[in-house]
Amino acid sequence: MADEVVLLDFDLSMFCIRVKIALAEKGIKFEDKEEDLVNTKSALLLQTNPVHKKVPVLIHNGKPICESLIIVEYIDEFWKDNAPLLPTDPYQRAQARFWADFVDNKVHEVAKKIWTGKVEEHEAEKKELIENLKQLEEVLGDKPYFGGDTFGFLDVALIPFYKWFSTYEKVGKLKLDCPKLIDWANRCLERESVSTFLSDENDVYEFVLSHRKRIGVD
Amino acid sequence: MAKEYGEVQLFGVGGSPYARRVRIALEMKGVQYTYFEEDLRNKSDLLLKYNPVHKKVPVLVHNGKPLAESLVILEYIDDTWGNHPILPQQPYDRALAQFWSRFIDDKCLPAITKAAFTANKEERDNSAEESLEALQFLENELKHKFFGGETIGLVDIAAGFIAFWLPAIEEAVGLKLLSCEKFPKLHKWGQEFTNHPVVKENLPPRDKLVGFFKARYASITASK
Repeated sequence: MADEVVLLDFDLSMFCIRVKIALAEKGIKFEDKEEDLVNTKSALLLQTNPVHKKVPVLIHNGKPICESLIIVEYIDEFWKDNAPLLPTDPYQRAQARFWADFVDNKVHEVAKKIWTGKVEEHEAEKKELIENLKQLEEVLGDKPYFGGDTFGFLDVALIPFYKWFSTYEKVGKLKLDCPKLIDWANRCLERESVSTFLSDENDVYEFVLSHRKRIGVD
Repeated sequence: MAKEYGEVQLFGVGGSPYARRVRIALEMKGVQYTYFEEDLRNKSDLLLKYNPVHKKVPVLVHNGKPLAESLVILEYIDDTWGNHPILPQQPYDRALAQFWSRFIDDKCLPAITKAAFTANKEERDNSAEESLEALQFLENELKHKFFGGETIGLVDIAAGFIAFWLPAIEEAVGLKLLSCEKFPKLHKWGQEFTNHPVVKENLPPRDKLVGFFKARYASITASK
């Protein structure tokens, strides 16, 4: 019996992109259901993610899984014979999880404060964002990917944010200093899974500008 | 025995629910470890060396390699020592366990903390509402004796805060969230959890904890 894989999606969501990249890396076909998050959330979204009411939600043979990093791990475990994303060594796995959390809490959450707020009130966050991306460069080191020689979990976790960097700079009036991450990102973009699903950076910028107008900070 | 486990060190603070999680997991699996009590007002050089990113406890160091963030540490412990597993085997059940333990850390604990320790009454009341909603999700999720089934698992260990720290906070600040009328299953679970033989040995002294929370509450309300 064929697997039924449905993704409740929002095109510009970095979190949804993580899931799409993971599915593509594993060659899993899925039905992509785009949510209209600006207006109303679908009944299916509210039913499958009553706790957070957010995308992405992966529905696998009728069973929902929520939270992007948890979904990526699930995809990795369920379809484990193909393109492994998490390392097998427990310590390396823990490090990948730790830094993926860091991307969520110390890159995304920090940047979000800047692009959803009055920029002049967030000098501390601007400094933190620049430092935290430099920290990730140190984690990458001289490896081609965060996963080492192969594209892995932490690469999937971070790469969707790459197309937000120019928006962070324009909206935040800041200058990121992470040339190694740019090289890494371009290497990732050579993969079909990444180039297919990564956002266009102008679309990201337009989205953020209209969001800022809508919430009244611009 | 010692050779099998390697050298395990844990940096923690007696009152920290996050550090206690790690101790429970290690002791359930019978892993020998050396414990270092930190003074958070005067963090040790070792702690700062092992957790330069967050500078927090708990930190687990296994054969010289450090790990931080309690849920990451718990999964590492389960990956490394296979006896008494705290995570389910099946990918879907594992994903659910990871989901609920993150829910506890990302939604429950912050809401409860804000409901108790915020100077502004309106914010406190809003957070109390959020806390009740969060507790209701957990109440609905509890289908057996423990979240992990018949034995305690990742979600139970993560929810330890609700079983022991929350009642201490409630006593210290005069808040009532976890009532047995509203949350009969969660209330009963809390008692089973704190009476579990390994957990019982790994809880901080209650009166000290209440005292700590009373002082915290006083400092917040005094600065009004």
